Amino acid sequence: MIWDAVFQPFADFGFMRRALLGCIAISVGAAPVGVFLMLRRMSLTGDAMAHAILPGAAIGYLVAGLSLGAMTVGGLIAGMTVALLSGFVARVTTLREDTSLAAFYLISLALGVLIVSTHGSNIDLMHVLFGTVLALDDAALILLCSFASLSVLTLAALLRPLVLECADPQFLRSVSGLSATTHFTFLALVVLNLVGGFHALGTLMAVGIMVLPAATARFWSAGIGGLTVIAVSVAALSSVSGLLLSYHYSLPSGPAIILVAGMAYVASLVLGPSGGLRAQALPRQPIETRTEP
Amino acid sequence: MNAALTFHNLALGYDRHPVVHHLQAEIAEGSLTAVVGPNGAGKSTLLKGVIGTLAPLEGRVAFGSPRREDLAYLPQQSDVDRTFPISVVDLVTMGLWREIGPFGQLGKARRARVDAAIAAVGLIGFEDRPIGSLSGGQMQRVLFARLLLQDASLVLLDEPFTAIDARTMADLIGVIRRWHGEGRTVLVVLHDHETVRAHFPETLLLARELVAHGPTEQVLTADNQFRARQMCEACAGPPHVCGRGAA
Repeated sequence: MIWDAVFQPFADFGFMRRALLGCIAISVGAAPVGVFLMLRRMSLTGDAMAHAILPGAAIGYLVAGLSLGAMTVGGLIAGMTVALLSGFVARVTTLREDTSLAAFYLISLALGVLIVSTHGSNIDLMHVLFGTVLALDDAALILLCSFASLSVLTLAALLRPLVLECADPQFLRSVSGLSATTHFTFLALVVLNLVGGFHALGTLMAVGIMVLPAATARFWSAGIGGLTVIAVSVAALSSVSGLLLSYHYSLPSGPAIILVAGMAYVASLVLGPSGGLRAQALPRQPIETRTEP
Repeated sequence: MNAALTFHNLALGYDRHPVVHHLQAEIAEGSLTAVVGPNGAGKSTLLKGVIGTLAPLEGRVAFGSPRREDLAYLPQQSDVDRTFPISVVDLVTMGLWREIGPFGQLGKARRARVDAAIAAVGLIGFEDRPIGSLSGGQMQRVLFARLLLQDASLVLLDEPFTAIDARTMADLIGVIRRWHGEGRTVLVVLHDHETVRAHFPETLLLARELVAHGPTEQVLTADNQFRARQMCEACAGPPHVCGRGAA
C-alpha cells in the first residue's frame, strides 16, 4: 500500500527519479539562500528577481530554441544585470534598493513578456513560467546539481561576512571593504538558484521553493543552523510529496510542489513552537530567572 | 604632545548645507575629550566627518599616528538588527574582524580575549543569549565589549549613554577610563554636563562652529554655554544663513 503510493512511482519511472533528483538539488541550493533572504527581510526580492530572469530566458529561447544552455545563460545575464543595476542605483543615487529593484524588474518583465508573446507560442511561455520537472534530461540534471553545489559552497565561504552584513551592516562597512561584495555575491546566489529552479519549476514557482521552506522553518527554530536544516528538509519533503500528488492525481508538478510547501507553511504558522499562533496564545514559563546587570 | 586628530578649517554638512563650519581644533594623542553642545550643533556630524562617511565640504581632517583604519566608532543609533539570530558571544567576537577576517580561525587565545571583553562589561553568563533578548543597557554593554576587542587607538562614541541606567553608565564609563589609561585617544559626544565634569578632562564645545576647547572646567562655563545656545538659535533658520558670511 505505502509501497505502491510512495515508492512504486519512483521505482517504475525514470522521469520520476530524475524529477526527484532535480527537485532535491534545487532544495539543497535554494532553501538556505531563502533563509538569508528572510533574515535580511528581502523575501520579496526573490520574487522580483524571478520576474527579472524572464527576458533573458526568452532571448535565449529566441536565439537557440528550447536550449538548456542558451536559456540558462540568458537568465543568468538578465538576473545579474538587474541585480547589479538596482544595487548600483541604490548606492549612488537617493533611490532605495527596493524601489530601484522594482523599477528594473518591471522593465525586464515587460520586455520578457513582449519577446515571448511576439515570437513564441503559448506552450513555450508555459514552459518558462511553469517549468518541466517531469522532462529533465541528463544535461539539465547536471546543471541543477552543479548550481546547487556552487551555491552551497559559496554560501559557506560567504557565511561570516553575510551574517555580519545582515546583523550589523554599518559595522561591517567600518571594519572591512567586503560589504558591497557580500551583498552582490548574495544576490548572485539568488539569481543562480532561480535560474536553476526555473528549468524544473518555472521562473515563478522557483521562488516558492526558496521562500516558503525558509518561512516555514522560522516557526520551528530561531538559530541560523536550525533554520537552514529545517528549510532544506521542508523543501525536499515538499518536492517528494508534490511529485507524488502530481503523479497520482495528474496535477501539474511545479504548483503541486509549491502548494505542499505552502501547506507546511500554514501548518507551521499555527502549530510552530517558535512564535507560531498556538505558541503565542499559550502562557509560558520563563526559561530562567537570573539577576541581570 | 602630538595631535591624534587635527581639524583644518573644517566644514561638514548634508546636501551642501554646512552643519559644522570653520572648525579649527587639535585633539591631542591620548586625550579623553567630551564633545558637547546644543541639539543640532553638529556633534554627530563631526564624528561622521572623522570616520569618513561624510566628506568635508571644505577643509580637512588630518590624522596623527593612529590612522583612520585604526579607529573604532559607536554610532548614536547603531543599526544592529536586533531580530537577527546571533548570540552575544558571536557579535562580540566580530570585534576581532580586522584580525580574523572572513575565514580566520578564532583559536584559544582569541577566545580568551572575547571572554575577557564580555567579563569586562559585566555580561558573564549571557554569552549564548540571542541579542534579541537583551535590554537596551545590556545591548550597549555588548557593543562596548566589541569595541574593546577592536583594540583601536582612536575611539569615537556618539552619545553612548542615551536611555541607559545609572549602573550601566557607571560600568561603561569605567571602560572608557580604562581606554584613557591605556593611552588611547577617546572622543565622546555627550549631553550630560555632570558626567563630563566628573570624568572627562578635555571638552570641545560645539555650536556649529567651535565655541571653546580645552580643559573641561575652563570650557563648561556659564558664559560659554550661553554663547553656544545663542549661536545655535541664530543658526536655527535655513542652515546656510549664518553670521559669518559665505564660506
